[in-house]
Amino acid sequence: MAALCESFTLGGLGPSGGVGLGSGLLALEPGPDPDHVLLTDRGRTATLFKVSDQKPLGCWSVKHGQILTCPVVCNFETREYIAVHDDKVLRIWKNKDINLDKVFKATLSADVYRIHSLPNGGPVVLFKGGGVRTLDVLLEAPQQEIENIISDEVIKWSEAFMEGQQPVLIFATEKDEDFFVYVQKVKMNSLHKYKLEQQEPSKPLHFTAYIKNKIITLLCLYSNDSVYKVLIPLQQNTGEEEQILSKSLLLNLSVSGTVLKGTSFVVLDKDHVAVLGSLATSGEESKECLTIWNTKFQTLQTSKELPLGTSGQLWCYEEKFFFTHGKVLTVIMYKCETSSLAAAVGKLKDNQTPDVSSFIDWNTLGDEELVVSFQSQQSVALKSESRMTLRSKRNTAAKVQPDSLSVGQLLLNLKDASTTVFEDELRQLLSKAQMPDLQATIGCVLTALINRCKTNPKYYPRNFLLQIVQTRDLSYSLCPDLMAVALEKKDVHLLQVCLQRFPDIPEEITYACLKLFLSISEAYLQRIDVNLESVVCYIDVELNNKEVKTEIVENGFNAELEQDIWDTQITKETHRAPDGEFCPVGPQKAALLNAVLHSAYSETFLLPHLKNLPAQQAILFLRYLYYLYVKCSEKINTTLPGTRSPTINQIMDWMCLLIDAQFTVMVMLPEAKDLLSNLHKFVRAQVRFYSELNKIEGSLRELQRLNHQKDSQTYSIEVLELI
Amino acid sequence: MGEFEVHRVRFFGLVPAGVRCLACQPRGARLALARTDGAVEIYNCSANYFQEKVIPGHEARSVEALCWAAGERLFGAGLSGDITEYDLAGLRVARSLPGSGGPIWSMAANSSGTRLAVGCEDGSVKLFQVIPGGIQFERNLDRRKGRILCLSWHPSGTHIAAGSIDIFRVLDVSSGQTVQRVMVNYQVQKVKRECVVWSIAFLSSGTVVTCDSFGRVQFWDWERGTLLESHTVSTSSVLSLAVSEKEDSIIVGTSTGATYQFQLLPVKMGSLEKRWVRTKPFQHHTHDVRAVAHSSTALISGGLDAQLVIRPLMEKVQKKSYDAALRKFTFPHRRLVSCARKARLLLFQFSQHLELWRLGSTDETGEDGEVLPLRRLPEHLVQLKSKGPEHIYCSCVSPCGSWVAYSTASRFHLYRVQHKGDSVSIKKVPKVPKLLLPAYQLQFSADSSSLFVASARGSVHVLQLLEPGGCKHLHTHRPPSESPEAVYLLAVSADGHWLAAAGGDWTIHVYNLKCSKHHCTVPTYSCAVTALAIHPLTNNLVIAYSDQQLFEFSIPEKQYTAWSRTVQSCGLHTVWLERDSPITHITFNPKNPSHILLHDTYMFCVLDKSLPLPDNSALLMNQSTLKQLPETARQRQLHAFKICKKFQPLLFADLLDEKCLVMVERPIMDIKTQLPLPVQQKKFGT
Repeated sequence: MAALCESFTLGGLGPSGGVGLGSGLLALEPGPDPDHVLLTDRGRTATLFKVSDQKPLGCWSVKHGQILTCPVVCNFETREYIAVHDDKVLRIWKNKDINLDKVFKATLSADVYRIHSLPNGGPVVLFKGGGVRTLDVLLEAPQQEIENIISDEVIKWSEAFMEGQQPVLIFATEKDEDFFVYVQKVKMNSLHKYKLEQQEPSKPLHFTAYIKNKIITLLCLYSNDSVYKVLIPLQQNTGEEEQILSKSLLLNLSVSGTVLKGTSFVVLDKDHVAVLGSLATSGEESKECLTIWNTKFQTLQTSKELPLGTSGQLWCYEEKFFFTHGKVLTVIMYKCETSSLAAAVGKLKDNQTPDVSSFIDWNTLGDEELVVSFQSQQSVALKSESRMTLRSKRNTAAKVQPDSLSVGQLLLNLKDASTTVFEDELRQLLSKAQMPDLQATIGCVLTALINRCKTNPKYYPRNFLLQIVQTRDLSYSLCPDLMAVALEKKDVHLLQVCLQRFPDIPEEITYACLKLFLSISEAYLQRIDVNLESVVCYIDVELNNKEVKTEIVENGFNAELEQDIWDTQITKETHRAPDGEFCPVGPQKAALLNAVLHSAYSETFLLPHLKNLPAQQAILFLRYLYYLYVKCSEKINTTLPGTRSPTINQIMDWMCLLIDAQFTVMVMLPEAKDLLSNLHKFVRAQVRFYSELNKIEGSLRELQRLNHQKDSQTYSIEVLELI
Repeated sequence: MGEFEVHRVRFFGLVPAGVRCLACQPRGARLALARTDGAVEIYNCSANYFQEKVIPGHEARSVEALCWAAGERLFGAGLSGDITEYDLAGLRVARSLPGSGGPIWSMAANSSGTRLAVGCEDGSVKLFQVIPGGIQFERNLDRRKGRILCLSWHPSGTHIAAGSIDIFRVLDVSSGQTVQRVMVNYQVQKVKRECVVWSIAFLSSGTVVTCDSFGRVQFWDWERGTLLESHTVSTSSVLSLAVSEKEDSIIVGTSTGATYQFQLLPVKMGSLEKRWVRTKPFQHHTHDVRAVAHSSTALISGGLDAQLVIRPLMEKVQKKSYDAALRKFTFPHRRLVSCARKARLLLFQFSQHLELWRLGSTDETGEDGEVLPLRRLPEHLVQLKSKGPEHIYCSCVSPCGSWVAYSTASRFHLYRVQHKGDSVSIKKVPKVPKLLLPAYQLQFSADSSSLFVASARGSVHVLQLLEPGGCKHLHTHRPPSESPEAVYLLAVSADGHWLAAAGGDWTIHVYNLKCSKHHCTVPTYSCAVTALAIHPLTNNLVIAYSDQQLFEFSIPEKQYTAWSRTVQSCGLHTVWLERDSPITHITFNPKNPSHILLHDTYMFCVLDKSLPLPDNSALLMNQSTLKQLPETARQRQLHAFKICKKFQPLLFADLLDEKCLVMVERPIMDIKTQLPLPVQQKKFGT
């Protein structure tokens, strides 16, 4: 739950500051150090505050007659302050400078809209004509000509991020009720223009944006009291055409008839936004207030009334809100915890559990996907021969506005496109926030990918598949062939992720995964990137590595022979120490097996498959289960440390299942004998131990019961009140 | 209403004796119970199972068997070898006849109640005829080796089944010969343990039911000597067995504390073929269930854990009412504690001794529920051992604390207690007047100047106490019409003017002490009186009956008071009427004339006559609710019954002074620790 904490006043405002739109501050920017903010008012002055001390550390003003037209920012690399006054005059100074007249000055050729300072990217200057320069480039030749990109559009808002090593600037413009969004990668000098889907009669009032996974999420506050979400992919290739950005409703700012007229808002985390605005109940005077909303549950989490009025501006740095309240600048701290339905109803147990997969709308899936898969199968034969000839068609296909096409058609068009184009288009498709049937779209995309893999054995987009599976809430049934292909390709990492994320894997596939994991060699696994978070806490990875290293020590001897000796020795060693001192499998394999242990299954359906497990693998698996069991029993709470590590119940269930399935094999196999007898001894010891605990529990409970009767004394004088 | 300083006393070490045998009066409403210490108690099934008569035990008179014969006559027999007839009106042994066959293990009356069969240690079965004024030896039946542990008459009275060790026999009453001898352990002969037939029943169909130490309940065809059915109900002994009058239901008790019901049920719906089926198991006891009885509406069991459990058969109960509730009795329905209010002494009555304790004190005050620090601890002043084998009938300490009196079956003792500083000396008063004994209740007057002795035939003796240590018989009050029943409850007014006495015939006589004559009789009510007290200011007599009704009778006006009439017309709260245990003591608060203080085993109640009576929709036990309400809201919720259930089981409660109460509790756990270990049983999961 999100909550607003105590508030305090940072400082008074000058005569220009105050209540109402258009007044207030020019901007508030982060200062050179944490806990510092730079305040620029709508006049001549910029002030540096230390927030926790509630005191100004420095104050700079331009001369009378001049006016600051752009918020003062701090260059985090050089710890200099940068300001623009009278639109064109750039000033740069340091902390020790007092008089701004005497500091560095550069007069530019065009009007500056804003300067964005990025922590690792340096300041970026956005001109009113839409031109963008980094400060370094600009200072080399201050009078250089700045192109005008946006002609007669007016910039309403801008924001800058770091993507990888390069700054990305996004700004929104307006012209004749139309809104446009520009995304500029400053260093690559690539510019994308998008048109924002129109929404009559309301229009955007305020924007905010963040970047995640190479996708910019733009949030717009509209005048119809709703917040919309727009996803903008950071494209690799440059398309010239202007694309229309579709938007999806994120949040409706109304609670049981009361509507919040928002003026500005900030994003707090993936589920929370804070909105400053006035709350208008019908028939009552509206009151301004600061609110925090949960977008996941569409609920108003907390609000605070601001009776003295605000300027409608809201900033948020370091878990603090900044806004003007009456004649002062007020700071409110907030807390924002990850929200889940469980937390909302007070049932939150373990916040490490992965998000529950969202439901799929089966009605929207279906037809299109079926068509795609069917047609692609049909065209398999045709494809290889027509491939070369069709390549020329690809551009025309790609040029078609994706918006106007249904996903199915698009995929049909794409199925013969080259790999890179294909992937690019799919990426783009996925970034579109067509919320209602997003799941179905993903399913279609995956199916398309997998079909391509099947027809072209050399094609396997490992990372792309992984990315889709990791970022989306998928299920097995959405694309049944995915795991089959992954099994074929021995992509254990993908299988691991699938096992962890899919709620509906058939037992047959689970078994196939298990078999693959058990059969795959440790040496092969060492080279593969596998998520080890479930094992690092209890398997000593170092030790195992050392063992492997001793194996390949060469000292002038025949390495192969040496290795053979070592191998047998080590296997003997693991045989001799079956009480769990050493893990019988490497950490990678252990992590994979843990994923299997974690998956959901039904005994009836799994058992027949397990019977087919080769004896050696069954023994190895049992040995590993035994190892886990011993590890679990070391802890008093019988749980393994770490995230996604198997629970004792899962271990026991699998152990029973495996012994059930492989009973006859276990009886016959000589090497199983030791293991089974050790296992039996251990289980027997545990049973004895627990039965002893049972006795103690009985006695303790009886004692507890006796204590409750509190009849220890035979005489007391007590006070009794009767009413 | 106010705060009390409660002296919570838990050092009364009473351990009730275990239940040895039970006997339901045939076609009657009374249940006779004998305890292991020889005491015999009579419960009235039609009056909420009130324990209306108690005949205290006797060291040498153990009771192994009880039976009703010739209507309302009760006979007992035990290891002393005597057959005893009890005088239920006079609450003593009427007469005793030696059986001359060694210790008697069993006794049974025939269905008409004219003959008694007695099973002896020497293996003989003796027949006695019940004649007016006693019993007469009739004949010995065939004597074989082995003590006769149980007996049962065939309902026709022609045969007797007698259980012994390893065998049971069937004897022909007219010829006296053994006509059948059945070995009960033949299936398990390899086991060298002997098989004790603990209990036997002879059904009119000719089936003999036995229960034995191997945990079996077996049904035999006596003529062929064949086993019809065998049910193993327990791994340890089945000790007792009782058959319903209609012979369609059997209850058995085992040494693990469990009881089981067997029912004769058709094999199929509508079928004529019937079999005995074990239907209901109950686990109400922790120790041996030595005695069971089967009344027409209830299964009754008594165990060595001193509990009497009455478990009504729901199918026999017409409507859901008070009778349908399971009840357990552990403590006697009479007072074993008396209190010297002024001297703050408590007198505890045990079966063969008395203990006198002085209460502690505190200087502190506190809030509700607080335990106050003690300034002085309670002190055990005197232990008075009763000489001889007889158990104590009643005892009392005077309000000033300087007199203690008690009575056994044949002797009355009066002691003078002298307090010198903290030390106490006790002196027996010599030459007490010869009275009609035993005394059933003793009561000192409020000024400790006289002692009232409740006696047989409705008489009450008045003794004058003389300083420094003597007494004189002043007068004997007798009811105007002769009554055979003994007086068992007394109440004296604080001004010494009135005396009320309740007898076994449930009539209450009021005597004028100033002019030593009978004043009036309270209108008779159809229930036993459980407690009686006279208000110190108004001289109203407050009476509690075993059906939980309360009456207030104005002695000067010789009629029920207006409040009492209101109570009767409005009716008491159903929760009050459905309580389990009877009110055993009533007292008053002189500073609050409208208050009546009463208690039963599970609650203490202050009845405020000035407040409205609760109707059935109101919450009767509303103290905890009231405590949560603000002062103003309380007024509307108040009603006359202020009930406190904090102190349980409550043996005695009294008011020491205006703000000070004494509560004597006897936690069940404390009794359990005094009992021998129960039969070890495996419980799942331990």
